[in-house]
Amino acid sequence: MSQIFPKSANALARMGLVGAVGFVLCLGLVVFTLFRSTWATKQHEFVEQPIQFSHAHHVGGVGIDCRYCHTSVEKSAFAGIPPTQTCMNCHNQIWTNAPILEPVRASLRDDTNLHWTRVHDLPDFVYFSHQIHVKQGVGCATCHGPVDKMPLVYQAQSLLMEWCLDCHRAPEKYLRPREEVFNMAYEAPANQLELGRQLKAEYNVASVEHLTSCSVCHR
Amino acid sequence: MRTRGLRRAALVGVLVAGLAGCRQDMHDAPRYDPLEASAIFPGGASARPLVEGTVARGHENDDELLMTGKVDGVEADLFPFAITRADLDVGETRFNTYCAPCHAPSGEGDGMVVQRGYRQPPSLHIDRLQYAPAGQFYDRITNGFGVMPSYRSQIAVEDRWRIVAYVRVLQASHQGTRDDVPAADLERLDNPEPTPDASEDAH
Repeated sequence: MSQIFPKSANALARMGLVGAVGFVLCLGLVVFTLFRSTWATKQHEFVEQPIQFSHAHHVGGVGIDCRYCHTSVEKSAFAGIPPTQTCMNCHNQIWTNAPILEPVRASLRDDTNLHWTRVHDLPDFVYFSHQIHVKQGVGCATCHGPVDKMPLVYQAQSLLMEWCLDCHRAPEKYLRPREEVFNMAYEAPANQLELGRQLKAEYNVASVEHLTSCSVCHR
Repeated sequence: MRTRGLRRAALVGVLVAGLAGCRQDMHDAPRYDPLEASAIFPGGASARPLVEGTVARGHENDDELLMTGKVDGVEADLFPFAITRADLDVGETRFNTYCAPCHAPSGEGDGMVVQRGYRQPPSLHIDRLQYAPAGQFYDRITNGFGVMPSYRSQIAVEDRWRIVAYVRVLQASHQGTRDDVPAADLERLDNPEPTPDASEDAH
């Protein structure tokens, strides 16, 4: 009786086994890399908005403080998106006929909402609070990047959990004095680690064990 | 062999797609984030406007001076609570955030928004305002005045009073004389640092 498989089938079978494992590993690597890539995280992507609102102009140019519009950032989890009236505090007198501002005027006139597109959207299983971060000396720009230079806001950081943990494992790398939190021009001093450790003690920042326990962010 | 490989690849593909599916469900749980859009309510907003006259539980306050700046209906030159150094620091921050865009950090009324065309407010250092009661400033912040909008929704009640206290500090600073300057700072007064050019961003 003739053999069904030629002798080379042995080699093919071995190669097939190794190949299959290799294939699965490679696929895993590709998926892993894709999920962490800027393509998946949308990092550095400009987001279209109903109005071409420029933080570069309002913050960088005019020098308006973040809290003028994001009023609840110091006292709630949500930083706050201003009501149309806040735009109109100034724009009822300046640039009153600018076509670019028509959606704002329409919103006030018709009592309708402006539908901004959220740029920094954490998964719903993350319970992030601006209040505690601002209070403990995490600067706006540390997470949001140079917003005062953004004509349209983009997500400056990956917002991946590994990025959160980078700071939660060693907050001293990023902490700044409370009065500098909203200062967009702040630059970390050369002795950042020393300053960070000092601020960490002064502000009673929780221990790394606590900051890296699951239930701090996930409930 | 090849079909088995293909089948395996397909299986892995389905698993990966399945995982991705789970991921999005968990990411967008069936609840509203603050100000998230809603398909249910008119206007498409999940945040519903308050019924007029709503007072949050525990937030009713009938302290006339604190809430209106008045005593028996007359603007009072009083503060509803003792002002500490910490209050002044908060007042300074709030003033520079909410008031300085028009009134300028100095209170002279030539803030950046005024430089871009907003009607110029009077300087906070003119006699009329120098001697205006504290309650009047509180009332203007709360209710607006002339072209100035109300800041009721942007600034908390206590912070409005801290701003008023800081305005008093600004006013006092403009009444100071050379004799009020500590000896250590006299040199800085005589040789002021050049102020940065504010006209860089002309747009």
